[in-house]
Amino acid sequence: MNPFQIKEAPVVYDVAIVGSGAGGGMAAYMLAKAGAKVVLLEAGGYFDPADPKYITQLKWPYESPRRGANTTRPFGDFDAAWGGWQIDGEPYTAKTGTEFHWFRSRMLGGRTNHWGRISLRFGPDDFRRGSLTGVGDDWPITYDDVAPYYDRVDKLIGVFGSKEGLRNEPDGQFLPPPKPRLHELMIQKAAKGIGIPVIPSRLAILTKAINNERGQCFYCNQCGRGCQAYADFSASSVLCIPAIKTGNVTLINGAMCREVTTDSKTGLATGVSFVHTGTMQEHSVRAKTVMLGASACESARILLNSKSALHPNGLANSSGVVGKYLNDSTGASRGAFVPALMDRDRYNEDGVGGMHVFTPWWLDNKKLDFPRGYHIEYGGGMGMPGFGFGFGTENMNGKYPTANGTMKPAGGYGSGLKEDVRRFYGAYVHMAGRGEPVPLESNYCEIDPDKVDKYGIPTLRFNYKWSDYEVKQAKHMQDTFEEIFHAMGAIPMGNKPGPDTNHGYGLEAPGKIIHEVGTVRMGKDPNNSALNAYQQAHDCKNLFVVDAAPFVSQGDKNVTLTILANSMRTSEFVIDQVKKKNI
Amino acid sequence: MKRRDTLKALGFSGITFGLAVGPAEAGVPLPPDKKVPLKVPGGRQPFEAERDAKLHADKFFTPQELKTVTILSDIIIPADAKSGSATQAGVPAFIEFMMKDIPANQTPMRGGLAWLDNTCRKRYGKPFADCTRAQQIEMVDQIAYPQKAKKDMSQGVAFFNMMRNFVVCGFYTSKIGIEDLGYKGNTPNQWEGVPEPVLKKFGLSYS
Repeated sequence: MNPFQIKEAPVVYDVAIVGSGAGGGMAAYMLAKAGAKVVLLEAGGYFDPADPKYITQLKWPYESPRRGANTTRPFGDFDAAWGGWQIDGEPYTAKTGTEFHWFRSRMLGGRTNHWGRISLRFGPDDFRRGSLTGVGDDWPITYDDVAPYYDRVDKLIGVFGSKEGLRNEPDGQFLPPPKPRLHELMIQKAAKGIGIPVIPSRLAILTKAINNERGQCFYCNQCGRGCQAYADFSASSVLCIPAIKTGNVTLINGAMCREVTTDSKTGLATGVSFVHTGTMQEHSVRAKTVMLGASACESARILLNSKSALHPNGLANSSGVVGKYLNDSTGASRGAFVPALMDRDRYNEDGVGGMHVFTPWWLDNKKLDFPRGYHIEYGGGMGMPGFGFGFGTENMNGKYPTANGTMKPAGGYGSGLKEDVRRFYGAYVHMAGRGEPVPLESNYCEIDPDKVDKYGIPTLRFNYKWSDYEVKQAKHMQDTFEEIFHAMGAIPMGNKPGPDTNHGYGLEAPGKIIHEVGTVRMGKDPNNSALNAYQQAHDCKNLFVVDAAPFVSQGDKNVTLTILANSMRTSEFVIDQVKKKNI
Repeated sequence: MKRRDTLKALGFSGITFGLAVGPAEAGVPLPPDKKVPLKVPGGRQPFEAERDAKLHADKFFTPQELKTVTILSDIIIPADAKSGSATQAGVPAFIEFMMKDIPANQTPMRGGLAWLDNTCRKRYGKPFADCTRAQQIEMVDQIAYPQKAKKDMSQGVAFFNMMRNFVVCGFYTSKIGIEDLGYKGNTPNQWEGVPEPVLKKFGLSYS
């Protein structure tokens, strides 16, 4: 047998799904439960948060020789995500003068294994920014279209929160929220006094058990490491593994997708070709329907690489829109020292993996010089020490008196230094703004004409610049952080980020917040969108995209919950269309 | 074109020595691989386990450097009434590892140690580790207080700041350091909110 021939599986699956994260995982779950024969292609390895082979949860810093430093994993040794912004053999580039940082997690469940579990619904306004503000575009669907799916996703994955009745922050089917920590109570009280709301956060963590398959949260603060009790939502534990258990899913790990194959006469999708990362062997699988959930940029890349006589610009791209309107959340942050929290009483305040309270967007953009809002995430408390703990003590211990009121020179050593470290422990707070950018046609990814990855697949080249809207929003974030710090008697650390800090007022580089969306946008008009309201390709009726690529905008809401709801909605549409013999 | 010129045009001239294994040698079977397969610890990817094993096998500090690092570690974090010292917590081994794990640390660390020895030789005629305890402390006092230090000590201050960072971090991420700090978490529990006496102390409540 010729070892270089392409290996083609003889079966024709009902559905081939590329990617096992929130979007692909949900599609696999829904379709497998409905009885469809599914092949699930995942570029990375197998991962189960409950398998000791993979567990980092409850490990101590000294179980890592680098004490959890981020040398090989961007979020540290104990973080669940494999991969990162740079992966050996999988390069990408950016046009001169622009930048984008592309985080990829090659593993079952993808980036949901380490995500922040922040589960905010897009509100009614988030679907119609174009008509409300004259900037940006409307979605082809409304909140009412998605609301029933949000309800079902909430119940399926488990989300805690509180009923607040805020119009553009719709309440969900919530589990009880955990009580705020001490610094969160201080923030809440201070912010309330200056008119900034602070409400219980909304995270996909089980504060109560919801079934027999998943345990209840045991408050270790380590959702980012993946949960061996399945007490938080990851696509691996909550969607993929249960989908595989139905017996209807063929999971292929190490499947690096090259392109969607199409029929040369009808132009319809016939399956997916991929390179096996372990053997470097070319394979193809055949399927009646193809669903891409490879992540916004990866799905765009696959489509742009799927060129044929009938699809000369790449698949689903007769409009030329694929790759365009790429947008990531804005992010800016600041830390502060809280003198009142020096020499704290010690107790376990780990809580859930993330903030117990947050600030939803509370202002009217019509009265501001930037068109979109942001929310604020809060951090702080007596956390587990890790790499970097105690760095820069010389910048603190000369500024504040000791417990008996004497001032000491900055720096030092010896038992006095140990006293200082104990004194300052847990006395810091942190604020991070996460905002909505305005999607621009001029921010895009495209196929790099000169480069391929180690599998021979043409790679992406990015072109992304923040606009003035995002810079002004970041400036507003910094002003707000200081207002709250001052109101709670906290002292901001370092200099206030100004116009020259980072991308302006501390604005993070595009891609750093890992909320990229928009590259295969949906819309009513096939001339300026790639997908219809069901995330079905205008140009190819048996092709669907179920990750964040179809998003027309992203609100200031983290995108995973909406990926899940949209993927569930699309999956039911696929089932319905198959029943009606439309595809 | 002559063969020599052809090779030149292809950019191959002068690199024939680069072929380590000629065709004749390649035909000889390689000796059996005696490498013991690496056991990948839980939570690590294979490439990470391999990298860690290699870093552990490598050595960065010379015995003399390690001696100085050890002395400085226990000056920065000595044993006191509450807990043990930096060396009891394994801090020098942690610093050794971090030099290899993040190589950008190597020059400032190695250079800083050399600066320290050189300065001690000028002042006391001996490298730091061979000085008396009193001389060592006198030296450290010159570089441990950034705002009080003399101008000509600035490189020493930068080095000592780096050393303090690594020692404090290494100690407080160790088992005895975490106990000293009083961190109570990383264990299954039920979060019921801030303890009542703490709420009272801060004039806060959940109602």
